[in-house]
Amino acid sequence: MNLDFGNEYADFRNEVQSFCEQYKGIHVTGSLYSYESVMDPNEKPKIEMDYKEWQKILIEHGYHVRHIPKEYGGFGGDLDIVKNVIITEEFSKSKIPTGVGGQGIDFLVPTLLEMGTEEQRQRYIQPALYLDEIWCQGYSEPNAGSDLASLQTKGELVGDEWVINGQKIWTSTAKYAQMMFCLVRTEPEASKHQGISYLLIPMDTPGIEVRPLVDMTLDAGFNEVFFTDVRIPAENIVGERGQGWLVANKTLVHERGSLGDPNKMIRRYDKLVNLMKSEILDGVRIIDKPVYRDRLMKIHGKILALKSHGLRLLSGRLNKGQDINLGTMIVKLYGTEMRYELETLAIDVMGELGTLYNNSPHLRDNGGWQYAYMYYLGLIIGGGTSQIQKNIISERGLGLPKEPKIQGA
Amino acid sequence: MYFGLSEEQQFFQESIDKFLEDTVTVDALRSYRTGEDDNLIDDVFNGLNELGLSGLIIPEEYGGLGLDSLFAISVSESLGKGVAPYPFIGSFLIAPFLINKLGSDSQKQKYLPSIANGEYRFAVALTEMTGRRIEKGIQSSKQKLSGQSLFVMDDIHSTHYLILDSDGALHIVEAEESGLEKVELKTVDITSFVSELKLDQVKTEDLGNGPGNIDAIKQAINLGRVAIASETLGASQSMLNRSVDYAKERKQFGRPIGSFQAVKHMCAQMASDLEPCYSMVWYAAHSIDHIPHEADLMACQTKAHLSEVGAFVAKTSTEVHGGMGFTDDLGLHYWFKRIGLNRQLLGSPDLLREEAAEAQGI
Ligand SMILES: Cc1cc2nc3c(=O)[nH]c(=O)nc-3n(C[C@H](O)[C@H](O)[C@H](O)COP(=O)(O)OP(=O)(O)OC[C@H]3O[C@@H](n4cnc5c(N)ncnc54)[C@H](O)[C@@H]3O)c2cc1C
Repeated sequence: MNLDFGNEYADFRNEVQSFCEQYKGIHVTGSLYSYESVMDPNEKPKIEMDYKEWQKILIEHGYHVRHIPKEYGGFGGDLDIVKNVIITEEFSKSKIPTGVGGQGIDFLVPTLLEMGTEEQRQRYIQPALYLDEIWCQGYSEPNAGSDLASLQTKGELVGDEWVINGQKIWTSTAKYAQMMFCLVRTEPEASKHQGISYLLIPMDTPGIEVRPLVDMTLDAGFNEVFFTDVRIPAENIVGERGQGWLVANKTLVHERGSLGDPNKMIRRYDKLVNLMKSEILDGVRIIDKPVYRDRLMKIHGKILALKSHGLRLLSGRLNKGQDINLGTMIVKLYGTEMRYELETLAIDVMGELGTLYNNSPHLRDNGGWQYAYMYYLGLIIGGGTSQIQKNIISERGLGLPKEPKIQGA
Repeated sequence: MYFGLSEEQQFFQESIDKFLEDTVTVDALRSYRTGEDDNLIDDVFNGLNELGLSGLIIPEEYGGLGLDSLFAISVSESLGKGVAPYPFIGSFLIAPFLINKLGSDSQKQKYLPSIANGEYRFAVALTEMTGRRIEKGIQSSKQKLSGQSLFVMDDIHSTHYLILDSDGALHIVEAEESGLEKVELKTVDITSFVSELKLDQVKTEDLGNGPGNIDAIKQAINLGRVAIASETLGASQSMLNRSVDYAKERKQFGRPIGSFQAVKHMCAQMASDLEPCYSMVWYAAHSIDHIPHEADLMACQTKAHLSEVGAFVAKTSTEVHGGMGFTDDLGLHYWFKRIGLNRQLLGSPDLLREEAAEAQGI
């Protein structure tokens, strides 16, 4: 056991701390992604800044997408996860928002770095990092959700163009996106998993229609996307024809890992404690009522477990011999279910007030609790449902037998 | 940076696991329970002492191995895994820890080497600080102790008792001292040893009485709590492993029950709940020695959390086994009961959560 990162990191931490000092109290505006407000709502922002400008500052200092090579618009730092951990910790302590990720930066960019062509990297990475091009993920279809590999949107190579027909659904941010990375069936003769290709589609291509879907938060967070004879250049494919499933699975791994960030959970817990201190029931602070305290402490126990687990996962990535296979598999299930439990308590401590929404009088924290309570249910479902996670854990983690195949499925 | 058990610790665990698998079989436990075999307790005691467990945390100068809290809890994980009927936490962690912290030189000389070599066996009575369930506890006046203590931990062939009185002072009492009456209690868990002590003007020896006392006692309780949590972790992992094995073999409706999703998902949920517990237990143990300002909170929450996860795993893994899970034949219940007793020892989860809230100023 050794929790010390060593001297070289002490210097790095100092550097990050002085940066944080400089931007303490910053309020970032205008983002399409909800910056989970890290600031105390009662505090007046010292600096207001547009999200793109903030993103640029962070990248230039190496505090976001640090390891992306300079030639693609990144900082060109080493792939040093310890430094990333220090950045997240220090930003979290100083309540400064970290850089924006999203589908482009979190999923597309790593995929291109691993499997894209040089032209694709040159063309797409930089605009994605600086949020000049927003990406959406076109995977799910009406008849292909958990069973994603059964997707049917069709891509045909005609001359030097892919011609795409079909429909995607639940596509988050498609309404604002300039680009989509998309799974399309290009080899109808091949088996289910071998017939898919990973294509990059400009959203302004004729034949694409985006219809917003209102979700339960009453935002239109996701969309339906229809393709009618959509033509894109043949070179807009990542990996080979029929390799799309493999390419996509690389990014799913990235996606699931990002859902259990203990720093976020701790900040949210602190907010909940504040809420419970300020809510009064029959003249008594909620935080002083044993039944609510106990639920709070139960959640806190899980957060401490997750926080420690984060150290173990980090250690497993730094020390190759340490087995974190099962430990990695549980993160999406554990993180999203726990976050939902936390938001549920927040609603309960407010009682009837907890159901207020839509700029109602008496709304607490701009309605953020009720919003998050619904939003995190979405995350339990999106990116592989909790049930699918349990299938993965039990079959690949514990080695339990697969279900017998049904003929024709 | 490395966060986890060292190779040495894992190796040590394996030798304990091996010994317990061979010695504490379900058959052996049953014979012990029915009274056919009264050697089991001694065999386990001698075997584990030989591996060094009795002197694990005792400094080398007093004949021990001088190992730290993380090492200690890695051992208790194995003891839980193998439901060892062995008084590790009270006799070989809490007692020597306190004697080493608070004892005079001559007390250390007198007790520590004899604990390390298995001659002295301490049971510990700390309920004055971890939840007293009787009206009057233990009072001390003029070097004499009177009153009653429920529950005394790890009271098996004890030569000495380490007793906390209601003023927070510690006393060593010899088992043969006059005025001391021990009432053996029988819990559901036959692998643990708890008792009630009745004291009437019993002569005692003080163990430390300076201002540092309370901190040391808290630290000892932290160590005890994390060690119990770690035992529960080991016991739970063992129950999960057996469930997974059983689910692969047992067939119903013409297929292994492990191919039914209801069963799969029970196992997956257990694994998902258990996996982060390893890190939590390690971090809590590490903080006892190295991050003191987090130690109280971590100990409370770790024991509370493991109690809940343990209870879930104990119930669920029994269900995975169907009727078999409910039998004495299979013996899964020994683990179930160990987890059940651990949940209550040194503070039940609800009480610990209240303590955890106070420890963070809320
Ligand atoms: C907020 C949100 C954002 C999303 N964003 C995107 C996006 O940007 N791009 C994108 O492509 N997709 C997106 N999705 C889609 C998401 O990935 C799917 O909704 C998800 O994979 C589930 O598929 P489904 O909705 O078709 O449900 P189904 O697959 O129909 O599942 C319905 C129920 O059946 C269960 N079930 C299905 N199969 C099994 C099985 N084998 N074993 C046990 N239970 C099973 C499920 O767990 C679930 O409870 C998003 C979804 C949400 C909620």
